[in-house]
Amino acid sequence: MKKTIETDLLVVGGGAAGLCAAAEAAGAGVKVTVIESDLHPGGQLVKQTHKFFGSKDEYAGTRGYKIADILLDEIKSLGDKVDIRTNTTVTGYYPEEGIFTAMKGEDEYYRIKAKKAVIATGAQERLIPFPNNDLPGVYGAGAVQTLMNVYGVVPGKKVLMVGAGNIGLIVSYQLRQAGVEIAAVVEAMPKIGGYWVHAAKIRRLGIPIFLRHTIVEAIGDKVIEGAVIQELDDKFQLIGEPRKIDCDVICMAVGLTPTTELFWQAGAKMQYCPQLCGHVPFRDNTMRTSHPDIWVAGDASGIEEASAAMVEGRIAGFSAAKALGCKVKEESFKEYWTRLDHLRAGEVGEKIRGGICQVLVDGWEA
Amino acid sequence: MELIQKHPILEFHHGKEVTFTFDGKEMKGFEGEPIAVALHANDVRIYRVTPEMKRPRGFFCAIGKCSSCFMVVDGVPNVRTCVTPLEAGMKVETQHGKGQVPLEAK
Repeated sequence: MKKTIETDLLVVGGGAAGLCAAAEAAGAGVKVTVIESDLHPGGQLVKQTHKFFGSKDEYAGTRGYKIADILLDEIKSLGDKVDIRTNTTVTGYYPEEGIFTAMKGEDEYYRIKAKKAVIATGAQERLIPFPNNDLPGVYGAGAVQTLMNVYGVVPGKKVLMVGAGNIGLIVSYQLRQAGVEIAAVVEAMPKIGGYWVHAAKIRRLGIPIFLRHTIVEAIGDKVIEGAVIQELDDKFQLIGEPRKIDCDVICMAVGLTPTTELFWQAGAKMQYCPQLCGHVPFRDNTMRTSHPDIWVAGDASGIEEASAAMVEGRIAGFSAAKALGCKVKEESFKEYWTRLDHLRAGEVGEKIRGGICQVLVDGWEA
Repeated sequence: MELIQKHPILEFHHGKEVTFTFDGKEMKGFEGEPIAVALHANDVRIYRVTPEMKRPRGFFCAIGKCSSCFMVVDGVPNVRTCVTPLEAGMKVETQHGKGQVPLEAK
C-alpha cells in the first residue's frame, strides 16, 4: 500500500481554474497530474446552463457546461501530458517532505511527490443559522445544481431560495428550467446582489423576490415541510409579522468561502479578506504563494467569477511551467493580466479589486 | 425514479440501470452516478441519524465535504455517498450514530 506517484506539476482541483492551469502548463510541455474529488472533471462549470458574460476570450456567450467540454478537448489535444484522476481527494500536504497525500474513493490511499503544485480547490458553501437548518431538504445551491443539472434528478416540488446574489438568481432560473416551482427568493440586503439581467429573468417568470427578508425557521419533523420568513429593518433586526412559506426544499445561496486547508498545511502566508470571502493566501502576480513551489488559482484565491478563475489558472499554469524550466511565450503572461484587469474593471469589479490589493505582493524574496 | 423528463437546454445521458438495496428495500439507479443521487431520485431523504441528538441528516453539499450524507455501504460506515459511485447490488443502509467499522475490510 506504500504507493508514491511522481509528477512535475500537481494540480489540485479539476474545475475552471485547475483545468486551465493544467492545459496551460501541458501546452508548455509539462507532465501534469490533476486530482479531482468529484466523479468527473469540470467543477462548477458542468452545472451551469446559462451563457457566460465577460469576455470572448473567456467564452462569453457559451453555456458553462460547454466551456468544460472545450477545456477538456484542449487538454485531450495535448496528448498524454495530463493525467486527470477523478474520485480522488487530496487529503493533506506534508511540507517537511514536500509530499501530498491522496485518497481514491473511500479506501485507496497514496502519496504524490510533485516538483510544483497549483492548488485550485475552489470554494465551499456557507450556511446561516436558523432553527432546523440541519433537516434534510436544506440544500446548498451547488448541491441543487448537481442534482438537477448533472444527474437530472428533481430536487423537490417547491423551493424557497435564500439569497439573491448571482448564484441564488441563476439557480432559481435553473430550477424553473427543470420544472420546479419557486415559492420565493429572500434576500437580507436592501438590494439584489446579482446582475440585473439574472434578476429580471426570474421576475419575468413571476417569482417574488423579497428584499430585506430572511429565513427565521425551517419547519419539519423529519424533513423540510415549510419555512418561516420575516422582514428586516435597516439594522437587520426582525420586524413585521412572520410569514409561512410552503416548500419542501430550502436552497441556501448565501455565499461561498475559499477552500484553503492545503495552504494552511503548507504554511503559506494567509490573510482574512472579507471582499474575497474568507482567508486566502498572499500571492505575487504569477499567482505564487509564499511557499516557493505552490501556486493558487480560482475561488481558492478569493471568491470571484469562473471567467476570472480560468485566467488565474492560465497565469498559475504558465508560471509553474516557467519555474520548471519550460519554454513559455512571455507575451502570454501580459495578455492574461490584461484579460484579468478587463474582467475586474468598472463598478462590478470594485469589491474584488479592493480585496486583491490587500493580498497581492510585489514578489517573494528568493 | 423522479427524473427531469424535459429540459430546454440539457440532455441527460444516464448509464446502465442497476438494482441496489436501501435498508433492505430494492431500488433502481444508474451505475456510476453517486449513491446519494440515486437515493434522492427514489424519494429517500434521510441518510443518517446523528449520534447524540438523533437528528436526521440527508443530502447537503454534494461535493464530499460536509459529512451530512454518510451512510453504511456494504457494511462500511461513513461512506460519502454524494461522491461514491453506485454499483449493482450495493447494500446501502441508513447510518445510526457513528457507525461500526468492520474488523475485516471489504
